[in-house]
Amino acid sequence: MNLKELSQDESLGMTIIVKTIARLVMSFIILFGCYIILYGHITPGGGFAGGVIIAIAYVLMMLTFGGKVAMAKLDNFWASMWDNIGALAFVVLGFLGLTGGHFFLNFINHGTPGTLISAGIIPLANISIAIKVGAALYAIFIGLSVYGRLVTEEEK
Amino acid sequence: MIAIFHVLLGFMIIGSAVAIESRNMLSAVIAVGAVGFGVSLMFLFLGAPDIAITQVIVEVLSLIILIRATTYADNRSIEKKIDSFATITGLFFLGFFVMATVWAFRDITPFGEPLMTVSKRYLAGTAAETGAVNAVAGVILDYRAYDTLGEAMVLFTSVLGAFVILRRRGKKAIEEEDSEQFGILTD
Repeated sequence: MNLKELSQDESLGMTIIVKTIARLVMSFIILFGCYIILYGHITPGGGFAGGVIIAIAYVLMMLTFGGKVAMAKLDNFWASMWDNIGALAFVVLGFLGLTGGHFFLNFINHGTPGTLISAGIIPLANISIAIKVGAALYAIFIGLSVYGRLVTEEEK
Repeated sequence: MIAIFHVLLGFMIIGSAVAIESRNMLSAVIAVGAVGFGVSLMFLFLGAPDIAITQVIVEVLSLIILIRATTYADNRSIEKKIDSFATITGLFFLGFFVMATVWAFRDITPFGEPLMTVSKRYLAGTAAETGAVNAVAGVILDYRAYDTLGEAMVLFTSVLGAFVILRRRGKKAIEEEDSEQFGILTD
């Protein structure tokens, strides 16, 4: 079954009232997470908080639509792969600072303080940390809630 | 301002006591969540919105995980008898730690004037040196990015641990010789 059929299957997850509301709310949660990440160097927030907000949107999907839909959207392999990509991007950002002489040197032009594109590597580091943290917490949630049950269903 | 802190502290102490003494698992978990939201309000009134946001969000996620864990667990109350020796020992150590804390806090520096003066330098130089208006982002991703790398690795390791421990079956199927050699049971 593909993703659309799974998400319209009424035997999975919660009732249709919860699913409708969750569909509406999820996009706003992800939008707010993106705002928190991208404006992390101007307003309070940053990569960690924004990443956890996006992970909460996925957790909401898993709770309302059931584990199968969430796993079809982003399974454990790709969750841990995004976790790796985020960590790798952050380390690469640190090593690129070696071009200026130091590990984690802020090597990009700082720009005008207070504008969206400013502060050198800080927005890029925020984005990589957000990918890392969001994927990691979603992966832990998969491990805690889906893993055992999937295996037992296969065995049946 | 001080009155708000006292009210919040009282709320958090009551919440912790409810979490420990509650007979129902679910209400204990919710009391833990209430304490967490009290902590985040405390951070907000102390002027640390970054930490307050993170605290609220992580509290929501951990509350979801804890509620999901307790709904499948055995939800009956845990009965315990009142042990007079344990109560007396607990009260003795409570008094001892309160006395030690009061004695230690007499020598602490006033609020907002920390012993380490490096924070003043960060506050004065962040906007000019890193270009970030949010001083916290400037500190954790520029001055102290190495610490953030370590923190990211902690989370990385925890995911690794969660996947290794919670996986009930390995990637390879268990074979006969494995069960003979390592004593693995195949149902």
